This record gives sequence, C-alpha cells and structure tokens, in this order.
Amino acid sequence: MAEARGPFDAVPGGRPGLEVDLDGIVLPTPVLAASGTFNSGREMGSLIDLTQVGGIVTKSVTLHPTKGLPTPRMAETPAGMLNAIGLQNSGVDQFLEKEAPFIAAAGVPVFVSIAGTSIDEYVQVAMRVRDVPGVVGIEANISCPNVERRNQVFACYPDQAAEVVGAVSRLSRLPVFAKLTADVTNIVEVADACVRAGAHGLSLINTLLGMAIDVETFRPKLGAVTGGLSGPAIHPIAVRCVYQVARALPGVPIMGIGGVRSATDAAELLLAGASAVQVGTANFHEPEATIRVADGLAAYLSRHGLSSPAELTGRVRAMPREPDAESDRRGA
Amino acid sequence: MIRAQCEVLSTRRSGSYYALTLVAPEIAEHARPGQFVEIAVPEGREIMLRRPFSIHQASRRGGWAGTLEVVFDVVGRGTAWLAEAKQHDTLDVIGPLGRSFQVPQGPASCLLVGGGYGAAPLYFLAEELRARGKEVHMIIGARDHERVFKPVEGKRLAHSLVMTTEDGSMGERGRVTDFLGPMIERTRAQVVYACGPNAMLRAVAEHARARSIPCQVAVEERMACGLGVCWTCVVPVLARDGRGWWNVRACTEGPVFNGARIWWDRWLGPGEALPVPPAEESGEPEDALAGEDADG
Repeated sequence: MAEARGPFDAVPGGRPGLEVDLDGIVLPTPVLAASGTFNSGREMGSLIDLTQVGGIVTKSVTLHPTKGLPTPRMAETPAGMLNAIGLQNSGVDQFLEKEAPFIAAAGVPVFVSIAGTSIDEYVQVAMRVRDVPGVVGIEANISCPNVERRNQVFACYPDQAAEVVGAVSRLSRLPVFAKLTADVTNIVEVADACVRAGAHGLSLINTLLGMAIDVETFRPKLGAVTGGLSGPAIHPIAVRCVYQVARALPGVPIMGIGGVRSATDAAELLLAGASAVQVGTANFHEPEATIRVADGLAAYLSRHGLSSPAELTGRVRAMPREPDAESDRRGA
Repeated sequence: MIRAQCEVLSTRRSGSYYALTLVAPEIAEHARPGQFVEIAVPEGREIMLRRPFSIHQASRRGGWAGTLEVVFDVVGRGTAWLAEAKQHDTLDVIGPLGRSFQVPQGPASCLLVGGGYGAAPLYFLAEELRARGKEVHMIIGARDHERVFKPVEGKRLAHSLVMTTEDGSMGERGRVTDFLGPMIERTRAQVVYACGPNAMLRAVAEHARARSIPCQVAVEERMACGLGVCWTCVVPVLARDGRGWWNVRACTEGPVFNGARIWWDRWLGPGEALPVPPAEESGEPEDALAGEDADG
C-alpha cells in the first residue's frame, strides 16, 4: 500500500498532503464516508469523483438478507435526524456478487462494515469479504442501536465487544476497527477491551439511541419507535468520546464520526485524537461533503503551517491553568 | 442524476399550493413524468436534509425551454422556507431522480387519478401520453376547491375529466375513488396511473387489481437522501411470483411502482379487501429488486 510516497510528503504545488497512515492503512485523505450513508459508493459515484474520497465504509453487511424495520424509518430533528433502518441489506452473497466488483474497480480504499446477531455471523461475513480487492479493513458494527434487543448491542458490554472483535481480527487477519457507541457508562472501558482483543483501531461513534413523538397524533415518529440520532447534534459527544479514548489508549488509530460537515468539525475530531474522520448525515445533503471537508482541511493545515493531518492528531492543548484533580479524572 | 445550481424563475400560489419554477436545463432535458428532484434547504436553520418534490412540468422546447416546475404544500419548515423563495434566488437541486411512469405500447385508453397536489406529476404524464397518441382521462380530487390542482389545465389536457371535492365545493361531491369504477367502465381504461395520498393509491390499486387493469402508482415515503443510499424510503414490494417480498427504495426503484406488487397491508397497516400477504419466508431480494421494466 502506497510505498512510493510516505504519508507525510506534501503533494506537488505546496498544498499540504492529506494522506494519512492508520498504523499501516494508508488513505489518500483523512475524510471517509461513514457506513450507511454511501452504500458502497455506486450511487454517489454518479455525482462525485470517488477517487477524491479518503475512503468508503460500506453499508453494514450481514450473513443473511435482512429486510429491516417498518417505515417511517426517518424523522428529522433539530440539527440532526433519527433513523431506524434495522440493517437492511441483501446479505453477504449479494454483496460479493454485486458490490465486490464495483469496490475492486472504484479506486478508493474501502472498509467493509459488518454486522450480525452472533459472533459466528460476524466471523462468517468477515471471512467472506476479506479477499475482495480494494478492501483495506473491516469495521465491526457492534453498536447499531436499531436491533431487536438491547443485549444485541455488543458494544454495550466490554467482554462481548472483545469477544466479537477478537474473533473477527484473529480469523480474518484484516485490520478491524471496532465501531462503538457513546450510549454506555464508560466508553474507554469498551474501547480498551476491544484493543486488548486485537482491534486495529476504533470508530467513534455510532448514532445515539433517540426518540421523537408526533404530538398531534400522539404516536412515535419512527415505525420502530426508537432510532439512532445522527448529525451535527451529536458532534460534541463524538469529540468527547474521541478525546477520552485517545487519552487512555495512545497510539491506537481512531476514526472520529459524528456530525462532521465542515473542515472545522473534522479538525476538532483530529485534535481530540482521531487520525481520520467519517462524514455521515452530511452526505445526504451534499454528496461531495467528504471532498469539500478534505479540501477545507488542506486549507486549514496551510493556514496553521502544518504539513499533514497527522500533525493535528491528539494535539488539543491543556487549558491554561493547573488541571484540578476532578477534571483530570474526567479527562482520563 | 445531475446536481445543479438553479435560478428561481418564479414562485406563485396555485390554489392553496405553491408552484416553483426553476431554470434547470440539464435536469429538464432528462426529466420524465413521475420522477422527482431533491432541493436543498439552507443549512444553519437546524435543517439538514434536502426535500423531495415530484416534477410537475419540464419544458424542453419552446419559450420556456430548460425550466422545471414543482408544486408543493407548506407542511413544515423546509417547505415554508421554499415558499418564500424569490425570483433570481439560487437553489441547489439534484435530479431527475427515480423511475418514471411507463407509457403503454400502441393506442390505449389511460385513466389518470390524482389527489390533492399529487395531481401535479399527472399533468406532465398527460402531456407525454397525448404526445404519443394515447387517450387521456382524468379524475382529479381534493378536500375542497382550493386544493383541486389546476382544474383548467385538466380540462385542456384530458379527453374527459371528473373533478371531485369532499365538501362539494367543486365538481362532484365525494372522493376520487367513488368515481373510479364508473370512470374505468366509461373510458374502457386499459391502464390506470395514480398519484396522491398513500391511502388513495391503495384504493385505486385495489380497484384496478380487481378489474385486472395494470396500475402504476407514484408513492410518497419519508426520505432522507433521495439518492438511494439512506434506505429510509422503502416500500414493501412482493416478488413477481408472489412468494416473498423485499423493502424496496421509493427513491431509486420507485417512486412509481406497479400497484399490484405493493404489499399495502404491511406498508400502511391492515385495511379491507387486500391482497393475501405471503408467507413470512426468506425473501429473495433479487426477485423483488428486479422491479419494473425500463422506462417507456
């Protein structure tokens, strides 16, 4: 992968190079498309140049075809939206037949997001997709809130999260990013368990479980009653999670996700400790959001005299005063 | 699929609705009846998502060449903002999106059924059908006369037209579906097209199915992207052989569907006299996704 050019070389023309190296996975820019907002890139590819995108995280693939939840599946909320899709996808067989050839030819690094209801299902899907050309890693979606039972959200339990991520990492031999939820008491504990189990990196964060009610009809706005909240509304929570985890687990590559729609949002996540970011909901409004954010990030780096996004990672400064014991504890 | 910055040519009232005309030559060039566009509403107003609008008119020739017209009702913050758009404003538009209505081969008697502003895309379709030598009949209805969309245009385009209002303030008193049976018989309709509230579409589809007449409906479902990537706007569609079903995207495989293939019961909840739901076996997604034939 990209031996020719080091990750920190500037591109010709003096613009800072945007290439990033997630501990061995080199991406052209640190701005990827988040799972569930891009499919595998085919539809967006008719509107934008996919080779300008830092990477694509596919819509989650499950072992069997999954029909998903009843409509309405979406409700717009202040500065965000709720969705309750329920992991609808055609299953790994169809993925290999329909999406794999596209991915192989797309010219963009792809992480396959995988989901399942058991460890065995995750492993089986990972084993099937690992040899697809263009696939640089797996994102284990262990935090989708739109599942039948809360105990299927493996990322709510450190030991279960570790078991899934460990099995997928060991058997697939692909780098695995564990996608975690902020809907837990202590995200650091879950992140630590995943890394100890063999996770290559972490994707922080998934949507947050939310709910909206139509006060005229007295009914929930979503067919599934609850759904995942995304968009700018959750951005500060993502920044907090990335910050907490990065401080506790230095050196572990983190992809920051949550309400990114500008270079400022991306820089914030990088400063908090992410090595890359994913753009999700903003893609719906603006299909080229990933590219615009990357361009903006290049300008931002120039303005600050920096030569690589890596120079931002985790560089958030301490407040200009002696941190007291209380905030120290919270930060860790 | 094209993304374009489009100048607003005009915004005006049409009964209780708003009609927005945009300068959009590339999109207009490719637009077909039944397709829609996604219009961005400004950020910074706590609104994230584009709004979908079916295409009412796309002028490819003549004095207004290269324009696109959409019709909408103010139902929320997005449409309220759009209703305030001024001439020469620029809107960010993606389109044309989705699959269009199919036009039958050979001469045919076509019945077009529109409810409320759902009638808007049917005028585009009617022009297309007329241009291809089909017979066009229409039933246009709404709650009251303010909501009957462009009745004069209907008279101009259709060989025959029935207007209905629930309050009797214009045309016949009742709903469009009350006049469907007699109209199908009188016009010897060979194909039925419908656009309007989903409950109306269901009733029209059931009528047509009972008479073994092909029926195409343009549906509406909550949609986040309109581009095929978010999977929010799905409709349960039966496999061709009736065994199994799949949630199919209204934005990509629709919004026009074969009315007989929609599993209305599952989509809109139990109703009367509906197709028997298939067994809950493993759906062959491939089959249902094969969808309808290519555009007519």
